[in-house]
Amino acid sequence: MTETSNWLAACRVEDAVENGGVCVKNGEEQIALFYFKRRNEWFATQNECPHRKQMALSRGMIGSTTDEPKVACPFHKKTFSLHTGECLSGDECGAIKTYPVKIDNGVVYIGKYPK
Amino acid sequence: MKKAQIIVIGNGMVGYKFCEKLKSKSESFDLIVFGEECRRAYDRVHLSEYFNGKTAEDLSLSTATWYEEQNITLFLSNPIVKIDRDFKMVYAADGLSYAYDYLVFATGSAAFVPTIPGVEKDGVFVYRTIEDLELISEFAKKAKTGAVIGGGLLGLEAAKALIDLGIEQTHIIEFAPRLMPRQIDPAGSEMLKSKLADLGLKIHLNKNTTSIEGEEKIIAMQFSDDTKLEVDMLVISAGIKPRDELAKACGIEVGPRGGILVNEKMQTNDPSVFAIGECALYDGMIYGLIAPGYEMAEVLAANLCEGNKEFTGFDMSTKLKLIGIDVASFGDNFIDEPDCRTIIFENKHKGIYSRINVSNDGQHLLGGILIGDATAYNMLLQTVNNKIVLPENPEELIFGSRSGGDGVEGAGIVSLPDSALICSCEGVSKGDICGAVTNLNCENLDDIKKCTKAGTGCGGCIPMVKDLMVHTFKSQGKYIKNVICEHFNYSRQELFDLIHIHELKSYDEVLNEFGKNDGCEVCKPLVSSLLASLWNEMILKKGNDVAQDSNDRFLANIQKGGSYSVVPRVPGGEITPDKLIIIGEVAKKYNLYTKITGGQRIDMFGAHLNDLPVIWEELIAAGFESGHAYGKGLRTVKSCVGSTWCRFGLHDSVSYAIRIEERYRGIRAPHKFKSAVSGCIRECAEAQSKDFGIIATEKGWNLYVCGNGGSKPQHALLLATDLDSETCIKYIDRFLMFYIRTADPLTRTATWLNKMEGGIDYLRNVVINDSLGMAAQWEQEIENLISSYKCEWKEAVENPAIRKRFSHFVNAPEEKDPTIEFVDMRGQKRVAEWKTV
Ligand code: SRM
Ligand SMILES: Cc1cc2nc3c(=O)[nH]c(=O)nc-3n(C[C@H](O)[C@H](O)[C@H](O)COP(=O)(O)OP(=O)(O)OC[C@H]3O[C@@H](n4cnc5c(N)ncnc54)[C@H](O)[C@@H]3O)c2cc1C
Ligand code: SF4
Ligand code: FES
Repeated sequence: MTETSNWLAACRVEDAVENGGVCVKNGEEQIALFYFKRRNEWFATQNECPHRKQMALSRGMIGSTTDEPKVACPFHKKTFSLHTGECLSGDECGAIKTYPVKIDNGVVYIGKYPK
Repeated sequence: MKKAQIIVIGNGMVGYKFCEKLKSKSESFDLIVFGEECRRAYDRVHLSEYFNGKTAEDLSLSTATWYEEQNITLFLSNPIVKIDRDFKMVYAADGLSYAYDYLVFATGSAAFVPTIPGVEKDGVFVYRTIEDLELISEFAKKAKTGAVIGGGLLGLEAAKALIDLGIEQTHIIEFAPRLMPRQIDPAGSEMLKSKLADLGLKIHLNKNTTSIEGEEKIIAMQFSDDTKLEVDMLVISAGIKPRDELAKACGIEVGPRGGILVNEKMQTNDPSVFAIGECALYDGMIYGLIAPGYEMAEVLAANLCEGNKEFTGFDMSTKLKLIGIDVASFGDNFIDEPDCRTIIFENKHKGIYSRINVSNDGQHLLGGILIGDATAYNMLLQTVNNKIVLPENPEELIFGSRSGGDGVEGAGIVSLPDSALICSCEGVSKGDICGAVTNLNCENLDDIKKCTKAGTGCGGCIPMVKDLMVHTFKSQGKYIKNVICEHFNYSRQELFDLIHIHELKSYDEVLNEFGKNDGCEVCKPLVSSLLASLWNEMILKKGNDVAQDSNDRFLANIQKGGSYSVVPRVPGGEITPDKLIIIGEVAKKYNLYTKITGGQRIDMFGAHLNDLPVIWEELIAAGFESGHAYGKGLRTVKSCVGSTWCRFGLHDSVSYAIRIEERYRGIRAPHKFKSAVSGCIRECAEAQSKDFGIIATEKGWNLYVCGNGGSKPQHALLLATDLDSETCIKYIDRFLMFYIRTADPLTRTATWLNKMEGGIDYLRNVVINDSLGMAAQWEQEIENLISSYKCEWKEAVENPAIRKRFSHFVNAPEEKDPTIEFVDMRGQKRVAEWKTV
């Protein structure tokens, strides 16, 4: 059962928003889950934007710069890499945590520990 | 071999810049920095922005981890208290001592406080550090009147800050007979005085403060002319005093009026001890500006790395960054006849004063002063510094400054030598900037900032950096068009036509056909807005929801903290008592803060995402519809009460406003647009500040267009007079479609017109005389948009798939975001402050 203890069953694939984000409750924590349909990739990050500590990243727009997938916070449009969590907006608000994601049998699982 | 150890005293702007420069040149030193303040070095130049919402972290010059990454040991809140030069040791406040091979003073300066009896009283402040600003803003909460001693650069900035903090009566006390005595002449001072008075400042010249009255706390200031001024608080900004006390105590030579004496290598009388920045005295002068400080840091860093650079003085030209008023002085600003010829241009009506000092042979510009309009500053400064030969009519330099573009400005850039210093803070030349464009393929300002650092200091050079960039593009034969972003190689207008011709209906289709990669936060909302402007379909369908800004995606504006606002449409501002009651009831039920907006309707704030559908369901049931406060589309059509009640009213402005609002509601455009209808020329609806405004005349309606409130207010211009109601609407139809089809993204009508060649005459020709032959098509297109209008909120609450999206947690749909916090204020709730980082 080690499998289940490290992975949180977040939602079903069809509950996630295509090319957008949803917010997943993990106890006290909030995790933003993104389904990048165009690239057929899934990403998970902390939901809190480090800029003004707003629980907002799941409501941000996703996209890419060169080939780096990213999310833009809806508040002040700071952008963060979905791969590394690094802040891409130059003016540095620090990196965000990213989590592994896997799909099994139509269920989306998020790793409980950041990458 | 052990590395040489450098100790820097002071972690201010110049101390930081020194570390950055030294580290970029060499790894062969160990660097230890002692700071007296509790924070990492921050941008003191933009200190006042702290009052406009910037945090200490925003102002910080480096990231939290920078020093560690660079292997620099940084001590904060730990000033050096003693130096032993014989043993080459410094002693810090925490009791520990450290050895140095080289010692650098970057201790800056402190505010100079004159010895006026009573300066120690509560309510008397200086303006130098973030702590000072924190104390001032705390105290200002209980103060009504305030004063600033000192009418110089910093004093004026401090005074503006007091006004921004809500001090209704702010006085400036200046000892000299004029303002900014070091930068501007008496006539300039007069002009500046009247501009400052417009901001609400009271200015007292020739005033010498003799004492500060009050028990513990200041209550009044007493002056030598026996007058008195009652004030609740005082900021002293009377100059600076170099922090040379430590240097003096260990026998380093200082100047008679303060400042650590240095030579052109920044070296003191002890060859292993240096001083840079505002604490250093070079050639009898303390340079109270950032650019010379950075230059000193560069000189010292280069020399420690075996370079050979010298500091040879620095240009003291400055531009005041007081919001709203341009003031600049450059070169030899005070030189007078007969040593030169001065040309002065004064326009009291517009509040513009410009003075240039030209050499007697008419060949060169020596210096000058600009007040009210400093657009020409950068170019004039370059003309002085590079000794550019003046045109036959040098007065064009100041008269022509408004023409912009390729006028004097444009021609000027070309004539600058490659060595011309454009960004003096970072020492970047014209050659560096043009080179970054040609060789490093910089394509926008951000690229140039990254490659060259130009424009990252005080920012004053940015307009010129942009001009140089555009000029270099042009000279390379690059066709510059405003492409949207890296995903679409088209301008907004081109994409508009492409989507139209190919009848594309969703963001993904558009990206597949005409874009590349995955899109981003720039092109997504833009394409969404084009789709909406073209087809007016429900914006959340066809996967378009995730291509919308958060506000459009959730059909509500996101607020601080993550809650949303609810704004139902109240056409023309007319509302029945019953509907008022409904709003009250809904607000009570869902615990919403209510406020009358500036647009004649009611905003309900603080709604949880989960509650939005139910709130709207109740509002819609009571006959309300979306007010589109979130979308780029029609906001409000304000009205005055008009002829139905008002004794001056010529026509029924309320009915006409409602008709207009209902006609254009829901239509998406490059930016939001607003309108108003006034019942007579008294203009109570403020129609002339709107994107289109209508004013009743004896014979019909006058139609005004392209007005704007906001940060750059602009009056609307008269497009047509005495129109009947139908013709007026026809013209608005055409006007709006022309705007929707041709304006750049996020461009209000005022800016759109400002950029239009031919201006209002051209626009009038298009709208009224149909000079483009588009009128019939546009009228048809707008009819289609109008007839396809549906309330988005109605569609959203009725569609289960869309409705499902209005929950915070995907795995706990009933739960609201527990992190949203509200606090109480005047019997309603308000959102808690940003959590500080
Ligand atoms: C609520 C309101 C203030 C109030 O309490 O009175 C308001 C609130 C906001 N305004 Fe405004 N503006 C409000 C009237 C105005 C007015 C006055 C008016 O319309 O008569 C103006 C100046 C007139 C004008 O636009 O020309 C105004 C000029 C702006 C601007 C500057 C636009 C410009 O061109 O410079 C912005 C920023 C923007 O749109 O980019 C802005 C942006 C905003 C935003 C959307 C900021 C944001 O992104 O959160 C605020 C949204 C609050 C919300 O969620 O509802 N607001 N705003 C007013 C809503 C009117 C309404 O009923 O819809
Ligand atoms: C409100 C304001 C607006 C300004 N606007 C402009 C502008 O528009 N343009 C412009 O060019 N300039 C402007 N300036 C001036 C500019 O900020 C200064 O020239 C610049 O900060 C000087 O840098 P510095 O490092 O020499 O000194 P500072 O930035 O003052 O840094 C010195 C640091 O050394 C510390 N220190 C002192 N003694 C010790 C010790 N014994 N041990 C350890 N640390 C010590 C101090 O606490 C301080 O943190 C402005 C200044 C202010 C206050
Ligand atoms: S409501 Fe308008 S003016 Fe007021 S703070 Fe928000 S954007 Fe600024
Ligand atoms: S809170 Fe996210 S960008 Fe400001």
